[in-house]
Amino acid sequence: MSTTHPTTAAPTATAAPAPPRALNLSRTTATAARVLRQLRHDPRTIALMVLIPCVMLLLLRYVFDGSARVFDTIGASLLGIFPLITMFLVTSIATLRERTSGTLERLLAMPLGKGDLIAGYALAFGALAIVQSVLATGLAVWFLGLDVTGSPWLLLLVALLDALLGTALGLFVSAFAASEFQAVQFMPAVIFPQLLLCGLFTPRPNMHPVLEAISDALPMSYAVDGMNEVLRHTDMTAAFVRDVLIVAGCALLVLTLGAATLKRRTP
Amino acid sequence: MMNYSSRPPEEPAVHAQDLTVVRGPRTVLRSLDFTVPRGRITGLLGPSGCGKSTLMRAVVGTQAKVTGTLEVLGSPAGHPTLRTRIGYVTQAPSVYDDLTVRQNLHYFAAILDPGRAAADRRHENVTRAIADVDLTTHADALAGTLSGGQRSRVSLAVALLGTPELLVLDEPTVGLDPVLRRDLWQLFHTIAAERGATLLVSSHVMDEAERCHRLLLMRAGEILADGTPDALRTRTGTGTVEDAFLHLVDEATAAGRTQETAKETTR
Ligand SMILES: Nc1ncnc2c1ncn2[C@@H]1O[C@H](COP(=O)(O)OP(=O)(O)OP(=O)(O)O)[C@@H](O)[C@H]1O
Ligand SMILES: [Mg+2]
Repeated sequence: MSTTHPTTAAPTATAAPAPPRALNLSRTTATAARVLRQLRHDPRTIALMVLIPCVMLLLLRYVFDGSARVFDTIGASLLGIFPLITMFLVTSIATLRERTSGTLERLLAMPLGKGDLIAGYALAFGALAIVQSVLATGLAVWFLGLDVTGSPWLLLLVALLDALLGTALGLFVSAFAASEFQAVQFMPAVIFPQLLLCGLFTPRPNMHPVLEAISDALPMSYAVDGMNEVLRHTDMTAAFVRDVLIVAGCALLVLTLGAATLKRRTP
Repeated sequence: MMNYSSRPPEEPAVHAQDLTVVRGPRTVLRSLDFTVPRGRITGLLGPSGCGKSTLMRAVVGTQAKVTGTLEVLGSPAGHPTLRTRIGYVTQAPSVYDDLTVRQNLHYFAAILDPGRAAADRRHENVTRAIADVDLTTHADALAGTLSGGQRSRVSLAVALLGTPELLVLDEPTVGLDPVLRRDLWQLFHTIAAERGATLLVSSHVMDEAERCHRLLLMRAGEILADGTPDALRTRTGTGTVEDAFLHLVDEATAAGRTQETAKETTR
Protein backbone atom coordinates (compact mmCIF):
# COMPACT_ATOMS: atom_id res chain seq x y z
CA MET A 1 0.00 0.00 0.00
CA SER A 2 1.44 3.31 -0.97
CA THR A 3 0.34 5.75 1.65
CA THR A 4 2.93 8.46 1.77
CA HIS A 5 1.50 11.05 4.08
CA PRO A 6 1.46 10.34 7.80
CA THR A 7 -2.13 11.49 8.34
CA THR A 8 -3.23 9.67 5.26
CA ALA A 9 -6.05 7.18 5.11
CA ALA A 10 -4.22 4.55 7.09
CA PRO A 11 -5.26 1.15 5.81
CA THR A 12 -4.09 -0.77 8.84
CA ALA A 13 -4.96 1.50 11.70
CA THR A 14 -3.24 -0.62 14.30
CA ALA A 15 -2.24 2.30 16.47
CA ALA A 16 -5.85 3.39 16.71
CA PRO A 17 -8.08 3.08 19.76
CA ALA A 18 -9.62 0.21 17.87
CA PRO A 19 -13.14 -1.04 18.54
CA PRO A 20 -13.46 -4.57 19.92
CA ARG A 21 -11.21 -6.57 17.62
CA ALA A 22 -11.60 -10.11 18.88
CA LEU A 23 -14.41 -12.37 17.77
CA ASN A 24 -17.82 -10.92 18.41
CA LEU A 25 -20.12 -13.80 19.18
CA SER A 26 -23.37 -12.13 18.07
CA ARG A 27 -21.91 -11.03 14.75
CA THR A 28 -20.45 -14.48 14.17
CA THR A 29 -23.74 -16.26 14.85
CA ALA A 30 -25.65 -13.68 12.81
CA THR A 31 -23.33 -14.44 9.90
CA ALA A 32 -23.69 -18.19 10.33
CA ALA A 33 -27.48 -17.85 10.49
CA ARG A 34 -27.42 -15.73 7.34
CA VAL A 35 -25.34 -18.29 5.42
CA LEU A 36 -27.68 -21.09 6.48
CA ARG A 37 -30.71 -18.97 5.58
CA GLN A 38 -29.25 -18.43 2.11
CA LEU A 39 -28.80 -22.16 1.73
CA ARG A 40 -32.35 -22.77 2.88
CA HIS A 41 -33.55 -20.86 -0.15
CA ASP A 42 -31.56 -23.32 -2.22
CA PRO A 43 -32.86 -26.74 -1.14
CA ARG A 44 -31.41 -28.47 -4.15
CA THR A 45 -27.85 -27.70 -3.08
CA ILE A 46 -28.55 -29.02 0.40
CA ALA A 47 -30.09 -32.18 -1.01
CA LEU A 48 -27.09 -32.74 -3.28
CA MET A 49 -24.61 -32.14 -0.49
CA VAL A 50 -26.32 -34.58 1.82
CA LEU A 51 -27.32 -37.25 -0.66
CA ILE A 52 -24.28 -37.60 -2.90
CA PRO A 53 -21.99 -39.07 -0.20
CA CYS A 54 -24.72 -41.57 0.71
CA VAL A 55 -25.25 -42.61 -2.90
CA MET A 56 -21.51 -42.96 -3.47
CA LEU A 57 -21.11 -45.14 -0.40
CA LEU A 58 -24.02 -47.28 -1.49
CA LEU A 59 -22.47 -47.66 -4.92
CA LEU A 60 -19.10 -48.51 -3.47
CA ARG A 61 -20.56 -51.13 -1.18
CA TYR A 62 -21.85 -53.10 -4.14
CA VAL A 63 -18.85 -52.39 -6.38
CA PHE A 64 -16.79 -54.24 -3.76
CA ASP A 65 -19.52 -56.73 -3.10
CA GLY A 66 -17.16 -59.66 -2.86
CA SER A 67 -14.42 -57.98 -0.79
CA ALA A 68 -15.81 -56.43 2.36
CA ARG A 69 -12.29 -55.62 3.60
CA VAL A 70 -11.68 -53.24 0.70
CA PHE A 71 -15.01 -51.54 1.28
CA ASP A 72 -14.04 -50.97 4.91
CA THR A 73 -10.82 -49.14 4.01
CA ILE A 74 -12.13 -47.14 1.09
CA GLY A 75 -15.46 -46.43 2.80
CA ALA A 76 -13.78 -45.07 5.91
CA SER A 77 -11.40 -42.96 3.83
CA LEU A 78 -14.29 -41.54 1.82
CA LEU A 79 -16.13 -40.57 5.00
CA GLY A 80 -13.19 -38.28 5.60
CA ILE A 81 -12.85 -37.05 2.04
CA PHE A 82 -16.47 -36.14 1.23
CA PRO A 83 -16.86 -33.36 3.78
CA LEU A 84 -13.55 -31.87 2.67
CA ILE A 85 -14.49 -31.76 -1.02
CA THR A 86 -18.08 -30.57 -0.54
CA MET A 87 -17.17 -27.81 1.86
CA PHE A 88 -14.27 -26.76 -0.33
CA LEU A 89 -16.58 -26.30 -3.30
CA VAL A 90 -19.41 -24.64 -1.43
CA THR A 91 -17.15 -22.24 0.43
CA SER A 92 -15.08 -21.20 -2.55
CA ILE A 93 -18.18 -20.39 -4.59
CA ALA A 94 -19.98 -18.70 -1.69
CA THR A 95 -17.00 -16.49 -0.88
CA LEU A 96 -16.45 -15.66 -4.52
CA ARG A 97 -20.07 -14.62 -4.82
CA GLU A 98 -19.68 -12.50 -1.72
CA ARG A 99 -16.71 -10.79 -3.35
CA THR A 100 -18.28 -10.21 -6.76
CA SER A 101 -21.71 -9.12 -5.50
CA GLY A 102 -20.20 -6.27 -3.51
CA THR A 103 -21.58 -7.58 -0.23
CA LEU A 104 -18.06 -8.30 1.00
CA GLU A 105 -17.04 -4.69 0.35
CA ARG A 106 -20.13 -3.52 2.17
CA LEU A 107 -19.56 -5.84 5.14
CA LEU A 108 -15.93 -4.86 5.49
CA ALA A 109 -16.95 -1.18 5.48
CA MET A 110 -19.17 -2.07 8.45
CA PRO A 111 -17.98 -2.95 11.94
CA LEU A 112 -17.61 -6.63 11.08
CA GLY A 113 -14.33 -8.30 12.01
CA LYS A 114 -12.76 -10.56 9.42
CA GLY A 115 -12.64 -13.22 12.10
CA ASP A 116 -16.40 -12.88 12.63
CA LEU A 117 -17.04 -13.44 8.95
CA ILE A 118 -14.76 -16.45 8.67
CA ALA A 119 -15.96 -17.99 11.92
CA GLY A 120 -19.52 -17.45 10.76
CA TYR A 121 -18.87 -19.35 7.54
CA ALA A 122 -17.01 -22.10 9.39
CA LEU A 123 -19.87 -22.44 11.88
CA ALA A 124 -22.55 -22.64 9.18
CA PHE A 125 -20.71 -25.12 6.99
CA GLY A 126 -19.57 -27.05 10.06
CA ALA A 127 -23.22 -27.54 11.02
CA LEU A 128 -24.00 -28.70 7.52
CA ALA A 129 -21.02 -31.05 7.59
CA ILE A 130 -22.35 -32.62 10.78
CA VAL A 131 -25.66 -33.40 9.08
CA GLN A 132 -23.86 -34.76 6.04
CA SER A 133 -21.45 -36.89 8.07
CA VAL A 134 -24.07 -38.22 10.47
CA LEU A 135 -26.13 -39.47 7.55
CA ALA A 136 -23.16 -40.90 5.63
CA THR A 137 -21.55 -42.50 8.68
CA GLY A 138 -24.88 -43.85 9.89
CA LEU A 139 -25.63 -45.36 6.52
CA ALA A 140 -22.18 -46.90 6.19
CA VAL A 141 -21.98 -48.33 9.69
CA TRP A 142 -25.54 -49.54 10.24
CA PHE A 143 -26.83 -50.37 6.80
CA LEU A 144 -23.84 -51.12 4.62
CA GLY A 145 -21.95 -53.10 7.23
CA LEU A 146 -18.84 -50.92 7.40
CA ASP A 147 -16.79 -52.66 10.05
CA VAL A 148 -15.42 -50.00 12.42
CA THR A 149 -13.50 -51.20 15.44
CA GLY A 150 -13.40 -47.79 17.14
CA SER A 151 -16.20 -45.42 18.02
CA PRO A 152 -18.27 -43.94 15.19
CA TRP A 153 -18.14 -40.65 17.17
CA LEU A 154 -14.46 -40.46 16.37
CA LEU A 155 -15.27 -40.91 12.68
CA LEU A 156 -17.64 -37.97 13.06
CA LEU A 157 -14.98 -35.87 14.77
CA VAL A 158 -12.52 -36.44 11.93
CA ALA A 159 -15.24 -35.72 9.37
CA LEU A 160 -16.02 -32.42 11.09
CA LEU A 161 -12.37 -31.39 11.11
CA ASP A 162 -12.13 -32.33 7.44
CA ALA A 163 -15.12 -30.12 6.70
CA LEU A 164 -13.39 -27.29 8.52
CA LEU A 165 -10.26 -27.89 6.46
CA GLY A 166 -12.36 -27.86 3.27
CA THR A 167 -13.98 -24.58 4.31
CA ALA A 168 -10.57 -23.11 5.05
CA LEU A 169 -9.09 -24.20 1.71
CA GLY A 170 -12.13 -22.95 -0.20
CA LEU A 171 -12.00 -19.59 1.48
CA PHE A 172 -8.31 -19.29 0.77
CA VAL A 173 -8.38 -20.19 -2.92
CA SER A 174 -11.43 -18.03 -3.63
CA ALA A 175 -9.15 -15.04 -3.17
CA PHE A 176 -7.23 -16.16 -6.25
CA ALA A 177 -10.25 -16.86 -8.41
CA ALA A 178 -11.68 -14.03 -10.46
CA SER A 179 -14.66 -15.99 -11.71
CA GLU A 180 -16.76 -19.05 -10.94
CA PHE A 181 -15.01 -20.87 -13.77
CA GLN A 182 -11.64 -20.37 -12.15
CA ALA A 183 -13.00 -21.28 -8.73
CA VAL A 184 -14.25 -24.63 -9.99
CA GLN A 185 -10.87 -25.30 -11.65
CA PHE A 186 -9.18 -24.95 -8.27
CA MET A 187 -10.91 -28.13 -7.25
CA PRO A 188 -8.79 -30.39 -9.52
CA ALA A 189 -5.75 -28.25 -8.70
CA VAL A 190 -6.05 -28.37 -4.93
CA ILE A 191 -8.07 -31.50 -4.24
CA PHE A 192 -7.06 -34.07 -6.87
CA PRO A 193 -3.36 -34.30 -5.99
CA GLN A 194 -4.32 -34.79 -2.37
CA LEU A 195 -6.86 -37.41 -3.38
CA LEU A 196 -4.23 -39.36 -5.35
CA LEU A 197 -1.63 -39.17 -2.62
CA CYS A 198 -3.76 -39.56 0.51
CA GLY A 199 -3.59 -43.33 0.57
CA LEU A 200 -7.02 -43.98 -0.85
CA PHE A 201 -5.74 -45.90 -3.88
CA THR A 202 -2.66 -47.46 -2.43
CA PRO A 203 -1.15 -47.35 1.05
CA ARG A 204 1.18 -44.39 1.35
CA PRO A 205 4.28 -46.45 2.32
CA ASN A 206 3.97 -48.25 -1.04
CA MET A 207 4.39 -45.04 -3.03
CA HIS A 208 7.58 -43.78 -4.61
CA PRO A 209 9.60 -42.17 -1.76
CA VAL A 210 9.27 -38.72 -3.35
CA LEU A 211 5.50 -39.02 -3.58
CA GLU A 212 5.36 -40.40 -0.08
CA ALA A 213 7.26 -37.37 1.16
CA ILE A 214 4.84 -35.08 -0.66
CA SER A 215 1.88 -36.96 0.74
CA ASP A 216 3.36 -36.47 4.21
CA ALA A 217 3.02 -32.74 3.65
CA LEU A 218 -0.61 -32.79 2.51
CA PRO A 219 -3.34 -32.50 5.14
CA MET A 220 -5.79 -34.89 3.47
CA SER A 221 -3.34 -37.75 4.09
CA TYR A 222 -3.79 -37.28 7.83
CA ALA A 223 -7.55 -37.09 7.49
CA VAL A 224 -7.54 -40.50 5.80
CA ASP A 225 -4.95 -41.93 8.22
CA GLY A 226 -7.13 -40.79 11.11
CA MET A 227 -10.17 -42.50 9.67
CA ASN A 228 -8.22 -45.72 9.24
CA GLU A 229 -6.97 -45.57 12.83
CA VAL A 230 -10.57 -45.50 14.04
CA LEU A 231 -11.34 -48.36 11.69
CA ARG A 232 -8.69 -50.63 13.20
CA HIS A 233 -8.33 -49.71 16.86
CA THR A 234 -10.83 -49.76 19.68
CA ASP A 235 -9.52 -46.69 21.48
CA MET A 236 -7.82 -43.44 20.59
CA THR A 237 -4.28 -44.25 19.54
CA ALA A 238 -1.41 -41.78 19.69
CA ALA A 239 -1.35 -41.84 15.89
CA PHE A 240 -5.02 -40.87 15.83
CA VAL A 241 -4.47 -37.95 18.16
CA ARG A 242 -1.54 -36.80 16.03
CA ASP A 243 -3.60 -37.05 12.83
CA VAL A 244 -6.49 -35.11 14.34
CA LEU A 245 -4.19 -32.40 15.65
CA ILE A 246 -2.48 -32.06 12.28
CA VAL A 247 -5.77 -31.71 10.41
CA ALA A 248 -7.08 -29.20 12.95
CA GLY A 249 -3.81 -27.28 12.88
CA CYS A 250 -3.84 -27.12 9.08
CA ALA A 251 -7.44 -25.92 9.09
CA LEU A 252 -6.61 -23.14 11.53
CA LEU A 253 -3.50 -22.15 9.60
CA VAL A 254 -5.33 -21.98 6.29
CA LEU A 255 -8.23 -20.09 7.89
CA THR A 256 -5.75 -17.52 9.12
CA LEU A 257 -4.23 -17.27 5.66
CA GLY A 258 -7.78 -16.92 4.30
CA ALA A 259 -8.46 -14.07 6.70
CA ALA A 260 -5.38 -12.32 5.37
CA THR A 261 -6.81 -12.47 1.85
CA LEU A 262 -9.89 -10.51 2.92
CA LYS A 263 -8.81 -6.96 2.23
CA ARG A 264 -10.81 -4.01 3.48
CA ARG A 265 -9.17 -1.89 0.79
CA THR A 266 -9.28 -3.16 -2.77
CA PRO A 267 -7.85 -1.67 -5.97
CA MET B 1 -9.38 27.12 -7.46
CA MET B 2 -11.43 26.78 -4.33
CA ASN B 3 -13.12 29.27 -2.15
CA TYR B 4 -12.27 28.45 1.44
CA SER B 5 -13.84 31.60 2.85
CA SER B 6 -17.29 30.02 2.57
CA ARG B 7 -16.17 27.16 4.80
CA PRO B 8 -18.28 26.91 7.95
CA PRO B 9 -16.39 27.54 11.18
CA GLU B 10 -16.82 23.97 12.48
CA GLU B 11 -14.67 21.14 11.24
CA PRO B 12 -15.94 19.74 7.93
CA ALA B 13 -17.19 16.16 7.66
CA VAL B 14 -14.65 15.38 4.96
CA HIS B 15 -11.45 17.24 4.30
CA ALA B 16 -9.20 16.23 1.44
CA GLN B 17 -5.86 17.67 0.54
CA ASP B 18 -3.73 16.53 -2.36
CA LEU B 19 -5.90 13.41 -2.59
CA THR B 20 -4.60 11.10 -5.30
CA VAL B 21 -5.83 7.63 -6.19
CA VAL B 22 -4.22 5.16 -8.57
CA ARG B 23 -6.31 2.28 -9.94
CA GLY B 24 -4.43 -0.20 -12.07
CA PRO B 25 -2.23 1.76 -14.45
CA ARG B 26 -4.31 4.95 -14.25
CA THR B 27 -4.22 7.89 -11.90
CA VAL B 28 -7.95 8.21 -11.38
CA LEU B 29 -8.01 11.13 -8.92
CA ARG B 30 -5.37 13.81 -9.31
CA SER B 31 -4.36 15.81 -6.29
CA LEU B 32 -7.85 16.85 -5.19
CA ASP B 33 -8.51 19.46 -2.50
CA PHE B 34 -12.05 19.73 -1.22
CA THR B 35 -14.24 19.73 1.85
CA VAL B 36 -17.70 18.39 2.55
CA PRO B 37 -19.48 20.50 5.19
CA ARG B 38 -21.34 18.87 8.06
CA GLY B 39 -25.10 18.58 8.19
CA ARG B 40 -25.54 19.38 4.50
CA ILE B 41 -26.21 17.49 1.29
CA THR B 42 -23.25 17.68 -1.04
CA GLY B 43 -23.80 16.50 -4.60
CA LEU B 44 -20.95 14.91 -6.51
CA LEU B 45 -21.54 15.35 -10.21
CA GLY B 46 -19.63 14.58 -13.33
CA PRO B 47 -19.57 12.46 -16.44
CA SER B 48 -19.25 8.69 -16.41
CA GLY B 49 -15.77 7.51 -15.52
CA CYS B 50 -14.64 10.81 -13.99
CA GLY B 51 -13.91 9.18 -10.62
CA LYS B 52 -17.02 9.76 -8.50
CA SER B 53 -17.22 6.20 -7.23
CA THR B 54 -13.48 6.14 -6.64
CA LEU B 55 -13.69 9.29 -4.53
CA MET B 56 -16.53 7.81 -2.50
CA ARG B 57 -14.66 4.55 -1.95
CA ALA B 58 -11.68 6.55 -0.72
CA VAL B 59 -13.91 8.41 1.76
CA VAL B 60 -15.45 5.17 3.02
CA GLY B 61 -12.03 3.54 3.26
CA THR B 62 -12.45 0.68 0.79
CA GLN B 63 -10.15 2.08 -1.89
CA ALA B 64 -6.52 1.01 -2.01
CA LYS B 65 -3.62 3.18 -3.18
CA VAL B 66 -4.90 6.43 -1.72
CA THR B 67 -2.28 9.09 -1.07
CA GLY B 68 -2.52 12.57 0.37
CA THR B 69 -4.61 13.64 3.33
CA LEU B 70 -8.17 12.49 3.76
CA GLU B 71 -9.87 13.26 7.04
CA VAL B 72 -13.37 11.90 7.61
CA LEU B 73 -15.33 12.95 10.72
CA GLY B 74 -12.06 13.93 12.36
CA SER B 75 -10.21 10.65 11.72
CA PRO B 76 -8.16 9.40 8.79
CA ALA B 77 -10.41 7.72 6.22
CA GLY B 78 -10.78 4.00 6.82
CA HIS B 79 -10.20 4.30 10.56
CA PRO B 80 -11.96 1.40 12.35
CA THR B 81 -14.03 3.72 14.56
CA LEU B 82 -15.58 5.23 11.44
CA ARG B 83 -17.21 1.98 10.42
CA THR B 84 -20.26 2.50 12.63
CA ARG B 85 -20.49 6.19 11.80
CA ILE B 86 -20.68 5.97 8.00
CA GLY B 87 -23.48 4.55 5.89
CA TYR B 88 -22.39 3.55 2.39
CA VAL B 89 -24.37 2.52 -0.67
CA THR B 90 -22.29 1.08 -3.49
CA GLN B 91 -23.23 1.92 -7.07
CA ALA B 92 -24.21 -1.66 -7.92
CA PRO B 93 -26.77 -2.92 -5.41
CA SER B 94 -24.92 -5.08 -2.89
CA VAL B 95 -27.45 -7.35 -1.24
CA TYR B 96 -27.92 -11.10 -1.01
CA ASP B 97 -30.14 -12.24 -3.86
CA ASP B 98 -31.04 -15.46 -2.09
CA LEU B 99 -32.44 -13.71 0.98
CA THR B 100 -35.68 -11.79 1.33
CA VAL B 101 -35.65 -8.01 1.73
CA ARG B 102 -36.32 -8.33 5.43
CA GLN B 103 -33.69 -11.05 5.96
CA ASN B 104 -31.11 -8.90 4.18
CA LEU B 105 -31.83 -5.94 6.41
CA HIS B 106 -31.95 -8.03 9.57
CA TYR B 107 -28.51 -9.42 8.84
CA PHE B 108 -26.90 -6.05 8.21
CA ALA B 109 -28.72 -4.65 11.25
CA ALA B 110 -27.24 -7.44 13.37
CA ILE B 111 -23.78 -6.44 12.18
CA LEU B 112 -24.31 -2.76 12.96
CA ASP B 113 -26.09 -3.24 16.27
CA PRO B 114 -25.34 -6.75 17.54
CA GLY B 115 -26.62 -8.55 20.59
CA ARG B 116 -29.89 -9.94 21.82
CA ALA B 117 -30.59 -6.82 23.90
CA ALA B 118 -30.84 -4.76 20.72
CA ALA B 119 -33.32 -7.10 19.00
CA ASP B 120 -36.34 -4.82 19.44
CA ARG B 121 -34.45 -1.78 18.25
CA ARG B 122 -33.21 -3.70 15.24
CA HIS B 123 -36.70 -4.81 14.38
CA GLU B 124 -37.91 -1.21 14.53
CA ASN B 125 -35.01 0.03 12.42
CA VAL B 126 -35.57 -2.65 9.80
CA THR B 127 -39.28 -1.92 9.54
CA ARG B 128 -38.61 1.81 9.27
CA ALA B 129 -35.89 1.41 6.64
CA ILE B 130 -38.16 -0.80 4.52
CA ALA B 131 -40.91 1.81 4.76
CA ASP B 132 -38.45 4.61 3.92
CA VAL B 133 -37.65 3.03 0.57
CA ASP B 134 -41.29 2.07 -0.01
CA LEU B 135 -40.80 -1.69 -0.10
CA THR B 136 -43.19 -2.70 2.69
CA THR B 137 -45.33 -4.67 0.27
CA HIS B 138 -42.25 -6.58 -0.97
CA ALA B 139 -40.60 -7.13 2.40
CA ASP B 140 -40.85 -10.91 2.13
CA ALA B 141 -39.83 -11.24 -1.51
CA LEU B 142 -36.40 -12.62 -2.40
CA ALA B 143 -34.08 -9.78 -3.39
CA GLY B 144 -33.15 -11.73 -6.52
CA THR B 145 -36.75 -11.61 -7.74
CA LEU B 146 -37.07 -7.83 -7.45
CA SER B 147 -36.78 -5.34 -10.28
CA GLY B 148 -33.56 -3.39 -10.76
CA GLY B 149 -34.87 -0.27 -9.05
CA GLN B 150 -36.31 -2.29 -6.20
CA ARG B 151 -32.99 -4.03 -5.59
CA SER B 152 -31.14 -0.74 -5.47
CA ARG B 153 -33.70 0.45 -2.94
CA VAL B 154 -32.93 -2.56 -0.74
CA SER B 155 -29.29 -1.61 -0.98
CA LEU B 156 -30.18 1.96 0.01
CA ALA B 157 -32.30 0.74 2.92
CA VAL B 158 -29.24 -0.99 4.38
CA ALA B 159 -27.46 2.34 4.60
CA LEU B 160 -30.47 3.92 6.32
CA LEU B 161 -30.49 1.27 9.06
CA GLY B 162 -28.36 2.81 11.75
CA THR B 163 -28.04 6.50 12.47
CA PRO B 164 -24.85 7.24 10.54
CA GLU B 165 -23.34 10.71 10.82
CA LEU B 166 -22.16 10.52 7.23
CA LEU B 167 -24.10 8.91 4.42
CA VAL B 168 -22.15 8.19 1.24
CA LEU B 169 -24.62 7.34 -1.51
CA ASP B 170 -23.32 6.34 -4.93
CA GLU B 171 -26.08 7.10 -7.44
CA PRO B 172 -28.88 6.08 -5.08
CA THR B 173 -31.72 7.23 -7.34
CA VAL B 174 -30.57 5.78 -10.65
CA GLY B 175 -33.37 4.01 -12.49
CA LEU B 176 -36.10 5.18 -10.15
CA ASP B 177 -39.32 6.90 -11.14
CA PRO B 178 -39.86 10.65 -10.53
CA VAL B 179 -42.26 10.16 -7.62
CA LEU B 180 -39.91 7.87 -5.75
CA ARG B 181 -36.96 10.11 -6.55
CA ARG B 182 -38.76 13.10 -5.10
CA ASP B 183 -39.68 11.13 -1.97
CA LEU B 184 -36.13 9.90 -1.48
CA TRP B 185 -34.70 13.39 -1.86
CA GLN B 186 -37.24 14.56 0.72
CA LEU B 187 -35.99 11.78 2.97
CA PHE B 188 -32.38 12.86 2.42
CA HIS B 189 -33.30 16.42 3.41
CA THR B 190 -35.12 15.19 6.50
CA ILE B 191 -32.10 13.12 7.51
CA ALA B 192 -29.82 16.11 7.09
CA ALA B 193 -32.15 18.53 8.88
CA GLU B 194 -33.36 16.38 11.77
CA ARG B 195 -30.31 14.28 12.51
CA GLY B 196 -27.74 16.80 11.36
CA ALA B 197 -26.25 14.04 9.22
CA THR B 198 -23.94 14.80 6.32
CA LEU B 199 -24.79 13.37 2.92
CA LEU B 200 -22.46 12.91 -0.01
CA VAL B 201 -24.56 11.90 -3.00
CA SER B 202 -23.31 11.21 -6.50
CA SER B 203 -25.47 11.54 -9.54
CA HIS B 204 -25.46 11.85 -13.28
CA VAL B 205 -28.79 13.56 -13.29
CA MET B 206 -28.36 17.30 -13.30
CA ASP B 207 -31.85 18.16 -12.10
CA GLU B 208 -30.97 16.36 -8.88
CA ALA B 209 -28.12 18.79 -8.48
CA GLU B 210 -30.63 21.53 -7.81
CA ARG B 211 -31.75 19.66 -4.71
CA CYS B 212 -28.29 19.68 -3.11
CA HIS B 213 -27.02 22.33 -0.72
CA ARG B 214 -23.61 22.21 -2.28
CA LEU B 215 -22.05 20.73 -5.38
CA LEU B 216 -18.72 19.30 -6.35
CA LEU B 217 -18.43 19.16 -10.13
CA MET B 218 -15.86 16.68 -11.35
CA ARG B 219 -14.29 15.94 -14.68
CA ALA B 220 -11.53 13.46 -15.55
CA GLY B 221 -10.29 13.02 -12.01
CA GLU B 222 -10.27 16.69 -11.15
CA ILE B 223 -12.68 19.01 -9.41
CA LEU B 224 -13.97 21.63 -11.81
CA ALA B 225 -16.02 23.68 -9.41
CA ASP B 226 -17.27 23.70 -5.85
CA GLY B 227 -20.13 25.79 -4.52
CA THR B 228 -23.88 26.16 -4.05
CA PRO B 229 -26.06 25.58 -7.12
CA ASP B 230 -26.93 29.30 -7.07
CA ALA B 231 -23.32 30.37 -6.92
CA LEU B 232 -22.44 28.11 -9.85
CA ARG B 233 -25.25 29.48 -11.97
CA THR B 234 -24.36 33.05 -11.13
CA ARG B 235 -20.65 32.51 -11.72
CA THR B 236 -21.23 31.05 -15.16
CA GLY B 237 -24.16 33.31 -16.03
CA THR B 238 -26.36 30.32 -16.84
CA GLY B 239 -29.91 29.35 -15.92
CA THR B 240 -29.47 25.73 -14.79
CA VAL B 241 -26.77 23.68 -13.15
CA GLU B 242 -26.63 21.57 -16.29
CA ASP B 243 -25.77 24.61 -18.38
CA ALA B 244 -23.31 25.76 -15.75
CA PHE B 245 -21.62 22.36 -15.86
CA LEU B 246 -21.44 22.31 -19.66
CA HIS B 247 -20.07 25.82 -19.62
CA LEU B 248 -17.35 24.84 -17.15
CA VAL B 249 -16.46 21.70 -19.12
CA ASP B 250 -16.11 23.72 -22.34
CA GLU B 251 -14.00 26.24 -20.50
CA ALA B 252 -11.73 23.53 -19.10
CA THR B 253 -11.44 21.82 -22.48
CA ALA B 254 -10.54 25.11 -24.13
CA ALA B 255 -7.98 25.89 -21.43
CA GLY B 256 -6.48 22.42 -21.85
CA ARG B 257 -6.25 22.95 -25.60
CA THR B 258 -4.52 26.30 -25.36
CA GLN B 259 -2.08 24.80 -22.85
CA GLU B 260 -1.30 21.99 -25.26
CA THR B 261 -0.83 24.30 -28.21
CA ALA B 262 1.39 26.44 -26.01
CA LYS B 263 3.48 23.35 -25.28
CA GLU B 264 3.56 22.46 -28.97
CA THR B 265 4.81 25.90 -29.97
CA THR B 266 7.50 26.02 -27.30
CA ARG B 267 8.77 22.61 -28.39
N1 LIG C 1 -11.20 -1.92 -10.54
C1 LIG C 1 -10.64 -1.00 -11.35
N2 LIG C 1 -9.39 -1.16 -11.78
C2 LIG C 1 -8.80 -0.25 -12.56
N3 LIG C 1 -9.39 0.88 -12.97
C3 LIG C 1 -10.64 1.12 -12.57
C4 LIG C 1 -11.34 0.19 -11.73
N4 LIG C 1 -12.55 0.69 -11.49
C5 LIG C 1 -12.63 1.85 -12.15
N5 LIG C 1 -11.49 2.13 -12.79
C6 LIG C 1 -11.21 3.33 -13.60
O1 LIG C 1 -11.32 4.45 -12.76
C7 LIG C 1 -11.94 5.52 -13.44
C8 LIG C 1 -13.00 6.12 -12.55
O2 LIG C 1 -13.97 5.16 -12.26
P1 LIG C 1 -15.22 5.48 -11.34
O3 LIG C 1 -15.95 4.20 -11.15
O4 LIG C 1 -14.74 6.19 -10.13
O5 LIG C 1 -16.06 6.47 -12.25
P2 LIG C 1 -17.49 7.13 -11.97
O6 LIG C 1 -17.30 8.59 -12.01
O7 LIG C 1 -18.08 6.57 -10.75
O8 LIG C 1 -18.29 6.67 -13.25
P3 LIG C 1 -19.86 6.32 -13.38
O9 LIG C 1 -20.60 7.60 -13.37
O10 LIG C 1 -19.94 5.65 -14.71
O11 LIG C 1 -20.20 5.43 -12.24
C9 LIG C 1 -12.48 4.96 -14.74
O12 LIG C 1 -11.75 5.52 -15.78
C10 LIG C 1 -12.26 3.48 -14.67
O13 LIG C 1 -11.75 3.02 -15.90
MG1 LIG D 1 -19.63 5.40 -10.34
